[in-house]
Order: sequence, then structure tokens, then C-alpha cells
Amino acid sequence: MVQTRSLIDEHGLRTDGRTMDELRNVKIQVGIVKNADGSAYIEFGKNRIVAAVYGPREVHPKHMAQPDRCVLRCRYHMSPFSTDTRKNPAPSRREVEISKVMREALEPALMLEDYPRAAIDVFVEVLQADGGSRCAGITAASVALADAGINMRDIVPACAAGKVDGKIVLDINDVEDKEGSADMPLAYMPHLDRVTLLQLDGILNQEEFNECLDKALQGCKMIYEIQRRALIQKYFGDEQELKEES
Amino acid sequence: MSSSKRSTIIVEHLRKQQMREAISRSKRLDGRDLDEMRTLEIELGIIGKADGSSRVRLGNSEVVAGVKVETGTPFEGLENKGALILSAEVLPIASPYVEPGPPDEETIELARVVDRGVRESEMVDLDKLALIPGKVVYTIFVDCSIINYDGNLFDASSYAVVSALMSSKLPVFEVQDGEAVVNTGKKMDPPLTTIPVSITAVKIGDSVILDPTAEEEACMDARITITTNSEGKFAALQKGSTGSFTIDEIKKAAEIARIKGEEVRTKIKELTSNGH
Repeated sequence: MVQTRSLIDEHGLRTDGRTMDELRNVKIQVGIVKNADGSAYIEFGKNRIVAAVYGPREVHPKHMAQPDRCVLRCRYHMSPFSTDTRKNPAPSRREVEISKVMREALEPALMLEDYPRAAIDVFVEVLQADGGSRCAGITAASVALADAGINMRDIVPACAAGKVDGKIVLDINDVEDKEGSADMPLAYMPHLDRVTLLQLDGILNQEEFNECLDKALQGCKMIYEIQRRALIQKYFGDEQELKEES
Repeated sequence: MSSSKRSTIIVEHLRKQQMREAISRSKRLDGRDLDEMRTLEIELGIIGKADGSSRVRLGNSEVVAGVKVETGTPFEGLENKGALILSAEVLPIASPYVEPGPPDEETIELARVVDRGVRESEMVDLDKLALIPGKVVYTIFVDCSIINYDGNLFDASSYAVVSALMSSKLPVFEVQDGEAVVNTGKKMDPPLTTIPVSITAVKIGDSVILDPTAEEEACMDARITITTNSEGKFAALQKGSTGSFTIDEIKKAAEIARIKGEEVRTKIKELTSNGH
């Protein structure tokens, strides 16, 4: 957390040329894994992530099955080539924790009671990581769940805000994550107005805390629009999208 | 992807209803107010072989933390800093629901959240713990053993780690001829900058309560752990469990964490200064 260079220049632009309220480029493609029941590919800045959903399907091992609801299982995994120095393919403690918070971020949006004795498996594979991969992963996973036709209360966009050079900025990238002073990832259900994932690393005062929270929330709302468009594109094509816009 | 044991504690349906009903009337089954913490007891220096140790009791939850200091190689990218390594283990003696074996995801989360609070608040000034930059640094291990589980292990472990560090005496290592590192046999206070205090709140129904017992955790909808430093600034946060919070609930919880955190900090200072 040592500040080694300026991360915001005199024009208020960041290392990748963004303003303080600007998201990186986000592109979502729906249904790219043919074997999966639902899938999505997301490019979020330099993040390249595939999310695939299998289920509802029979639970293995069988004793994990719940009589009144479906079991949601999540695996967040980084490919060995996804980082600057090769990552050991065995799941790290960080990946175990992210898998857990990711599951807890998605679960409130799913009507798991509709599929008793079954399991839904969500696999999130990070092919290239660029800071904010858990948020991009959740964003892609919730689109994949919708693509799989799972009954949902809401969709879950996720986005981080943080503190860089003393300023609160939206959507922290890799450099800002490593050299900035705070990072707050947030996942949010826009229709239910509920936060399903929230973490914080780094120091913020009360005022900055509230500002960071509000900024991350705005980011989630922008990402929600991109998720919605990606789904419309897949199921109704461009024409429908235009009609909907007008 | 494993499902864990502690979170599967079963509370009878009637008991659950009773709890929810009581909480909706701002009462708890153990008689506490919604924002009341259980009694915090801290004993220091209970492990003579450790460089610092503490036994923390938060109600019936009990954690022993020990500090061990060695020399080692620095972490990659942090060549000029001492290394701080934190662990937590929920022992099979702690509860009938815990089985021996590799740590499950709940335990990994516990250790990582406690670690995040200490690390992000920069409690230990690691810049002062390099010996031969890039080669040899102080390595501080703080390990937590959970002896009895009755909820809120996040806060109990965090207080144990913090009080063990505060009461620790580090061996003084010296560099001779720029090469060899020797233990001088002397002791020094660790370079501490702040006292991080975590406060865990859980949501049951529409109410938010502090310092949940095991029974309350088994009925919770969502959990949030917020760590503040001595200046009352936020240093770390983790939402957990499968429910959700509104933005207002989070902002309110953050404020409570700041106020209650200061109370606990005063208490920790008081308890660690006695007999030391």
C-alpha cells in the first residue's frame, strides 16, 4: 500500500485514461459455453472471465441434498496464465473465500425453493485477471444463471469503488488496487435495492465510506444496464433492443 | 465447494420463532439489548513459550492466540517489510459440530477477515521489521486456537490477536557484518501504530444485533463485520451469509461499529494494561 507514483494526473484522469466516475469497457456475451445450461463471457477492462451454470441437476454427493431447497455451489478459479507470475492451479485460500462470498452474493437473487433436492453449480473461470475479478465474475455468473433459465428475483451486478490519491473513484483497476489506499467491492440487486456482497480493504473515514458506497452502487446500476442488454441481445436480437430503447 | 459444519447447527423451529419474536420486540433470549456485547475477558501471557499470548472470552466463545517471532525471507514485492502471518483454527474440542480435518471455507474466511483487519489498519509497522532488506526480515506469526464456539468468532479472534500483539515482546535480532542475523537475547516492544477493533452485526428479520451467539448465528439472515482503527476510520469490512442488507442498514452498521468499536478499544486498553 505504498504510494509510489501519481495515479491521477492534473486533468483528473487515471492511469488508464478514465475519469473518476467512469467504468472500464464492459462487454458481455451470453451463451458461449455450448454444453452448459447457461453461460456468459465478460470482458471487464482486461479481465477475461467465463461463467457457466450447470443445473438444476441431481446432487452429488447425495447427502448434500436439501429436502426443501436447491443447493447452490460456486467455484471461482483463476487459470495459471491469468496473472503476471504464474498462479499455482490448486485453489488458494483467497479463491476459497471468493467462492464463498460469490455464492452468498448470488443466492439472495435465486428462488432456490423452486428446485428442492437439486443442485445448481456455478463455475467462474478467470482467464485473465485485471483487478475487480470477483465483481466481474459475479456480474457474469448472474447473467449465466438467467441464461440457464433459473427462477430469479433479481439480477446481481457487481462493481468496486475505492480510494486512489486521496480521491474516491469508481471501478478500481489492477494498478489502483495494488497502489491505491482502499478497495470496496459491492454486489447489489437493483430492483430489490439490497446489497448482497460488500468487502473493504484499506482506510476510509465515515464520509469517504459513504461516498465509496454510493459510488459503487452507481457503478452497479450502470453494469445492470449492460447485463440487461446482453440478455436482450441473446434472446430477442438487435431489433427488439432498438424497439425497447425508443 | 464444501458445505460446512458450524453453519449447519440446527435450532428448533419453536426456539427460532421465539427468538425472532423477541428480537422484533428489541429483546434477546439471553436478556441482552440488541446492541449489547457479551462480557469480554482477556488474560495475557498465559503461554510462556510464546512471545505474546492471550486468552479471550466473549461470553462463552473462547479463543487463545499466541505470537511467535522468527526470522525469514520477505514476501515477494514486499522486500523491505517484515512478514505478518495470521491463522485461525477451530479445534474439534470447540463444538460437537466441528470435526478434525483441513480448514473448511468458514474457517478460511475467519482467518482472512481477522487478518484483513490487522493488515489493512497497519497495526504492526512492518517497515520497521526488515533486517537485511530483500533477504532477511522479522516474521511474526499470530495463531488463534478456538477453544469453545458460541458465536462471533470474528470478533473474539480479532480481540485475541490484537491483545496478544499488544502484550508481546519481540526478540531483538541483530545483523552482524551485513550478513549473519543473531538473536541478541534482548526483547523489545513491537512497533504498533493503532488498535484495530472489529464489530460484527447480524441481521435477524428486520433487526440488526451485535455480538451474536451460536444460536443467533444459526438463525441469521446476513452478517457484517466492520473493523475500525484508533482514529475511528474504517479499515476492513466483510459481508457474509446468504441474506442481504439495504444501503441504509450498512451505513447505520458502520456508524455503530465506530461507536461500539471505540468502547471495545477502551476496554482492550484497560484489560491489557492491568498486570503489564
